[in-house]
Amino acid sequence: MMKRSYIKFLGLLFVGTALVSCENEFDESVEDNDFYTAGEADFSNYVTVGNSLTAGFADGALYLQGQQNSYPNIIAGQLERVGGGEFFQPLVNDNLGGLTAGGNQITDNRFVLAVDADGNPGPAILEGTPTTDITNKVTGPLNNFGVPGAKSYHLAAPGYGSVAGVAMGTANPYYARFSSSETSTVIQDAAAANPTFFTLWIGNNDILGYATSGGTKVDPSTGEVVAAEDHNITGNLDPSTYAGNDITNNMVFAGVYSQLVTALTANGAKGALVNIPDVTSIPFFTTVPPLALSPADPTFGPQIPLLNQVYGGLNQVFAAFGQADRSIQFSSTGASGIVIRDESLADLSQNPAFATALTPVVQGIGAAVGLPLSPAQAAGLAQVLAPQFGQIRQATADDLVTLRAASVIGTLDQNRFDQLNAVFTQGGIPAQTAATLAGQFSVNGVTVGMANQFVLTPDEQDNVSDAQASYNATIAQLAAANDLALVDARAELQTVAQGGVPFNGGLLTSEFVTGGAFSLDGVHPTPRGYAYTANAIIEAINAQYGSTIPVVNIGQYGTVQTSNNID
Amino acid sequence: MNKLQVFVVLCLVSTMAFAGGYRVSTQSNRQLAMGHTGVAVVNSADILFFNPAGLVHLESRLSVSAGAFGVFSDVSYQNEQFGTFAETDSPAGTPFYLYASYKVTDDFAVGLGVYTPYGSNVTWPTDWVGSHLVNEIELSAIFIQPTLSYQLFDSISIGAGPIIAIGGVEFNRNASRSLTDEQGNRSNVAIEDSGVTGYGWTAGLMFTPTENFKLGFNYRSLIDIESTEGTATFTNFPNSPLTPSNGTQGFEATLPLPAEATVGVSYKWDKFLFAFDYNRAFWSEYEALDIVFEDGSESINPRNYKDASTYRFGVEYNATGKLDIRAGYYFDESPVQSGYFAPETPRNDSNGYTFGLSYNVSSKFSIDASLLYLRFKQINESYDFYSDPGVPVTAPFGGTYKSQALIPGLGVTYNM
Repeated sequence: MMKRSYIKFLGLLFVGTALVSCENEFDESVEDNDFYTAGEADFSNYVTVGNSLTAGFADGALYLQGQQNSYPNIIAGQLERVGGGEFFQPLVNDNLGGLTAGGNQITDNRFVLAVDADGNPGPAILEGTPTTDITNKVTGPLNNFGVPGAKSYHLAAPGYGSVAGVAMGTANPYYARFSSSETSTVIQDAAAANPTFFTLWIGNNDILGYATSGGTKVDPSTGEVVAAEDHNITGNLDPSTYAGNDITNNMVFAGVYSQLVTALTANGAKGALVNIPDVTSIPFFTTVPPLALSPADPTFGPQIPLLNQVYGGLNQVFAAFGQADRSIQFSSTGASGIVIRDESLADLSQNPAFATALTPVVQGIGAAVGLPLSPAQAAGLAQVLAPQFGQIRQATADDLVTLRAASVIGTLDQNRFDQLNAVFTQGGIPAQTAATLAGQFSVNGVTVGMANQFVLTPDEQDNVSDAQASYNATIAQLAAANDLALVDARAELQTVAQGGVPFNGGLLTSEFVTGGAFSLDGVHPTPRGYAYTANAIIEAINAQYGSTIPVVNIGQYGTVQTSNNID
Repeated sequence: MNKLQVFVVLCLVSTMAFAGGYRVSTQSNRQLAMGHTGVAVVNSADILFFNPAGLVHLESRLSVSAGAFGVFSDVSYQNEQFGTFAETDSPAGTPFYLYASYKVTDDFAVGLGVYTPYGSNVTWPTDWVGSHLVNEIELSAIFIQPTLSYQLFDSISIGAGPIIAIGGVEFNRNASRSLTDEQGNRSNVAIEDSGVTGYGWTAGLMFTPTENFKLGFNYRSLIDIESTEGTATFTNFPNSPLTPSNGTQGFEATLPLPAEATVGVSYKWDKFLFAFDYNRAFWSEYEALDIVFEDGSESINPRNYKDASTYRFGVEYNATGKLDIRAGYYFDESPVQSGYFAPETPRNDSNGYTFGLSYNVSSKFSIDASLLYLRFKQINESYDFYSDPGVPVTAPFGGTYKSQALIPGLGVTYNM
């Protein structure tokens, strides 16, 4: 009797142990198959097509951490809760991000936020020798067909992934890494991955190159910076003739976009189309204000009276030539617009009368700085200065100044300085005075107009936004016609740019460096920005297909990388 | 209904869940089996812990008991909004105890106890979604308690003793929700200290109006474990003046082991012994876990615990001369307040179901076994006092937690 109950009790202990040790389950676990629903969509094979944004490009490079935080990879992680399968990306080798071709580095490493000797943080290139060579083909299945730099029509261009074509400038090094052949197209490769679900985000680069270059391109034959073409104005419908910074014709975009959607939906796949955000949503265009000149700046402020005297004379000349709206004046109490060279203005220096009219102004300047000039001397100097002032105006709040201008405004234009210094010295001006004067007339954005590529003028902005509106209309129309989800990235990024979006643990804004949404190239998102994008896409998918894919907590995603490991 | 069915039903119907900060109530196999009652139960040298006043009531001249437990605990976390899930893979804790009592005269006894009333062992997956709060924590404390017990009057005895506590801590967590080095490795801070001593005391009173009825009271004082000589190791920080440097430095932190008071009764009826304890732990002492690093930087972590009660019930049945079987139940109120629910001690109210037996090998020697199943109700909670470094907005970390612990134990008792 004693023995039996003892054994029974021991048995009870063991059974109890077994029972409870395998049971610590939630009433309803997020890991259960039916916790979330896929709705009408089949997420088992998610394929994504696009440009740098889809690839996970950030900080001016494609690096491992950026790819791991690409919006498609984030979405794919959430799709695992609704039947999503494995998601393969053409991962690069390292977190440096530079590419090599046959061992020669062809793209820069990524930016990090470095602190300089004065304690000021700013973007700088991360040091190190990159190890991703484009001749090492990525093998195995792929789901992410994002190609940095691709425009809409590139996705359907045979040979865009030709390794041999990279050196010749006809192919894309990022696509060359994973193209299925020298003649394949991105869209063929993506369709061959046989998606059950897809996202497509393309068209940004069809306007972005134009915008970030201030509507300019380099003429390959002369090496000169010239105006880029807007093919909605030229009417050119042959993209094979387009230069990199040209704006793609709306009909060309619509035609190729429709092809892409057709290819991706060929086997009945559902998907989401993402539209094109405003360039004014990105810090590349919002960080440097057009009114960048502050009287509180110790190198600029004290110069204001002299500058206004000089420009006062010039303004009278402008007025005499019927160009009073080019008047330049610096405020001693508030911020003033930088001086820009606006290529769309008539170049007054083409008219000899302009230099003539400048002559008394030059003489006045000479008198002001205690340097009496003979009429002949003044006329000679006016000849030299006329081209510098023939096409300038002061930037207004309507101009967009690019991030690249940040390191140029207020610096010395060395070429101009050397030219002027030589002329002044030859003109018999004492060396020290010559150097001082040449210096004063060679300040970028103050006495030398900021070159065209640093400024997107209102006319150029109109070209960009007109094309963007047309592309977005095409995208919306094709989404509706094919019952695809439409992601209004334009509205989402506007919200971030205009006041920001609160999240768990902060406020996401498009402020450069500190806002959290944009990486150090000022164009591409941070991991947190990509997570926000992923959520916008997930919500659009859920709304379209009745799925309940969970969003991510964007606070868990990083922003800019600090490091002083720089070259 | 057989016992197995009773057990299973208890598991199923349990509606309230778990408790107790980092207090681990496993100071006796015999008493744990009775819901860890004991302030008024004179059974073995284990009384040294439960109520030093009871020591003098032990019948043997020399009583010794010792035992140990395995603590197998699981915590699961999920967040429905974000679809995140994680579960702990904690190593088994091994609390133990050793008590010896020597009856000098009929009304005077001395004793020595060594036991481990505090501890925590929680290991989440490295870099999990809550890793900015904790990756891994291991707390341990060994208490050494010399004890005197004296029969003051016929029905009243008293007892008291000093306590020397020797504590250790390892605590590892990521520096923020997203900071990494240049290679993408999460920046991490680990603190470690051991051999930290603290001092306290305990005192008790026992009232025995009849042979079968006992009433006990016990108070245990606060002991602060003040860590001043440990090391904090910073790893995977980027090379930047904007973030801390990698390497090792000192830190200071204080962890309170709170005071507690217990009052309880026991009643012997035929072959049965019934016990009830009410226990109050003064957790409100634990306001914050603040870590001050040698370089002057600080990690401020509000805890704001509240005092918490535990209600314990136990019964012993002297089945045969060779076998005593025991069962118990307790309800353990959590000291963690809403909004302060951190995954480092993810404890809500719990129900403890206890079982056990003693097999008396001889009149002097017994083997004691016990089993505690501690069950916590699934709970939606959050920790609302974290913010990423330099960010003025807090980032609450919330979700659903589900915990359980299974604690089997084995011990021996010797009476001479």
